[in-house]
Amino acid sequence: MIPTSASAAHDDLREALRALCAEFPADYHRIHARNETYPVEFIDALTRDGWLAAMIPEEFGGAGLGLTEASIVMEEINRGGGNAGHCHGQMYNMGTLLRHGSDAQKAQYLPGIASGELRLQSMAVTEPTTGTDTTKIKTSAVKQGDRYLVNGQKVWISRLEHSDLMILLARTTPLDQVKRKSLGMSIFLVDLKQAIGKGMDIRPIRNMVGHATHEVFFDNLEIPAESLIGEEGMGFRYILDGLNAERTLIAAECIGDGYWFVEKAAAYAGERVVFGRAIGQNQGVQFPIAKSYVNIEAANLMRFEACRRFDAHEDCGAQANMAKMLAADASWEAANACLQSHGGFGFAEEYDVERKFRETRLYQVAPISTNLILSYVAEHVLGMPRSF
Amino acid sequence: MKVLVPVKRVIDYNVKVRVKADGSGVDLANVKMSMNPFDEIAVEEAIRLKEAGKAEEIVAVSIGVKQAQETLRTALAMGADRAILVIAADDVHQDIEPLAVAKILAKVVEEEQPGLVLAGKQAIDNDMNATGQMLSALLGWSQGTFASELDIDGDHAKVTREVDGGLQTIKVKMPAIVTVDLRLNEPRYASLPNIMKAKKKPLDEKTAADYGVDVTPRLEIVKTAEPEARAAGEMVPDVDTLVAKLKEKGVV
Repeated sequence: MIPTSASAAHDDLREALRALCAEFPADYHRIHARNETYPVEFIDALTRDGWLAAMIPEEFGGAGLGLTEASIVMEEINRGGGNAGHCHGQMYNMGTLLRHGSDAQKAQYLPGIASGELRLQSMAVTEPTTGTDTTKIKTSAVKQGDRYLVNGQKVWISRLEHSDLMILLARTTPLDQVKRKSLGMSIFLVDLKQAIGKGMDIRPIRNMVGHATHEVFFDNLEIPAESLIGEEGMGFRYILDGLNAERTLIAAECIGDGYWFVEKAAAYAGERVVFGRAIGQNQGVQFPIAKSYVNIEAANLMRFEACRRFDAHEDCGAQANMAKMLAADASWEAANACLQSHGGFGFAEEYDVERKFRETRLYQVAPISTNLILSYVAEHVLGMPRSF
Repeated sequence: MKVLVPVKRVIDYNVKVRVKADGSGVDLANVKMSMNPFDEIAVEEAIRLKEAGKAEEIVAVSIGVKQAQETLRTALAMGADRAILVIAADDVHQDIEPLAVAKILAKVVEEEQPGLVLAGKQAIDNDMNATGQMLSALLGWSQGTFASELDIDGDHAKVTREVDGGLQTIKVKMPAIVTVDLRLNEPRYASLPNIMKAKKKPLDEKTAADYGVDVTPRLEIVKTAEPEARAAGEMVPDVDTLVAKLKEKGVV
C-alpha cells in the first residue's frame, strides 16, 4: 500500500476495516454496479461489525466516535474498491439526530440504528426547482393538531428503498411571513414504512453511477407532530450541520478513491510493457499519477482539519467546503491519470477503473457543485459581494 | 480453564523484507509490524474455546519492545480478556531468543496457572520453531505441536498434528502446550465495538528483570543475506518440448 499523510492513530480501525473490505473483492462491487443492485451483504457486514454506528454514543449501542473516525470508515470503503455512497447517509444524518434530536427521539431510534434493525440512510432537502438555493424550498409542513400535513416534491433523494427513516426539510412558515429567509423551515424524522404509499410516492431515477436515488412526491402526507426534530422554524440551522458532515465525509470518500486510482495506476504502469520497457518508466506516465497523489495528500490535510473542527463543535463550513472541493478535484485528476495509464484496458469493466471513474465524477457535482463552493468561499470567507 | 496465548510482534507478512546494508539483520525502521500470523490463529482458537464454554479467560502475553502493546491490543480487540507486556528490549532490532522467551513464559505460567498455552508454531520473522517446545521442556508439560485440529475433553486434549507426509493424531494430558499450524482455523478480524472495548481492557506492563530472566543473546548472527534472485523462466511452445526439457534436466 502506498504511504499516506494520515496519522497512525487510527491504524487499528483501518486494519479491521481493510480485513472486512477484503472479503468483498472487486467483482462483488462490479456485479452490483452492473446490475444496479444494492450491496446488501456488504452493508450488513459493515453494520454487524459496528462501523455504521461509529458516531452513535456508547449508551445507545454505538462506539461514541466522531466525524474523524466516521470519515475513515468512508475512506476505507472507497479505497478498498467499494462505494460508500451506498451507506454514507447514515453517517451524515446521524449528526443531525445526535445534535438536535430530543432525548426521547434518541432513545427511540439510536439503539435500533446501532444494531442495524433500523437504517437512517436518507435525507430529503433538494427540490426540482430549488437546488442549492435551499431557503426557497416549496415543500410545506402544516401543523394540524397532533400531526403535520406535508405537501410538495423532492428530487435526488437517495437510498429510500434501503432505509427505514428519512430526514425531511420542509417549510413550516411561508417564506413571505418570516423575518429572515433562513427561518421558518423545520426538520422531521419520517418513518418511511408509515409514509411510502400513504401520501409519499417515490420514483427511482436511473443514472450514470448506479446510485439508488429517487424523485419524491408528497400529497397530504400526515406525520406525527413528535417527528419534529428540535424547534419548529430552526431546521435550516440544524441541516447545515448535516451538510457540513456530508461534505467532509464525501471528501474522505474522494480521498479513498484517489488512493485507489493512484495505487491501481502505479501498479499497472509498472507492469505494462510496451516497446520493451514498463510504461511506468516514462515520466509522461509517471507525472500525472504523481501529481494527483500530491493533490490527494494536500486535500487529506484539509479533510482532517474539517473533521477536527466538526468534532470540536467549531464552525467548519469553510473547511468542509474546501476539503470537499480539493478532494473531489484530486480524485478526478487521479481517475483521469489512472484511466489514461490503462489505455484501452481502462475502459474494460473487469479493471474496475471505468466504474470508479464514473462514481468519483459524481462528486464534482454532488452534494454541492464546485462553483458553489467557490462562491461560498468568495462571499463568506473573503467577504466579497454576493454573486447570486 | 485459563488459556495463555503468547503473541509476537513481527514484520508484516505483506512487507517486502530488506536486509540491512551491514548484513547484521533485517531493516525494521519505519516498517509495518503486525501480529505473527500463527499467533493470530492461536488467539482465534482460544476465543473459539471460550465461545464453546471450554475456556473462561484468555490472557495474551507478548515479550519484546514496548511497541508490542499494539500487538496485544489487536489480541484484545479479537477477544482476549487481558494482556501482559514483558518489555525485554529497547531496540526494535533486538530479537529475544526462544530460550529467553520460553524462560519468561515459564514464569508467567507459574504466576497465571493456565490450563493451556496456545502458541503459534513459529514466528514468521526468524522461523525458529522452538519456543513452544522449550517451554514444554521447562515446565515438564505435555506438548502437541503443529496442530491442525484441537479437541479438548476434560483433562486430555486430542491434537491432530501436521507432520511430514500426513497427519498424526495424539492424545496429551492437560495442562499442555499446543502450537498451532496454518490450517487450524481462519482468524477473525476485529469489529468496531471490540476495538473500543479493547482500549479499556487491562494491559499489565512488566520487564524481563521482573522475572529474573537474562535476555542477553546467546546466538551470534554471522550474516544475513537476501535470497538469490530467481533466474528468468523460459517459454516453451508445447507439452512435448516441456517434457523433453525436463528430461534433459533430469527432473523427470
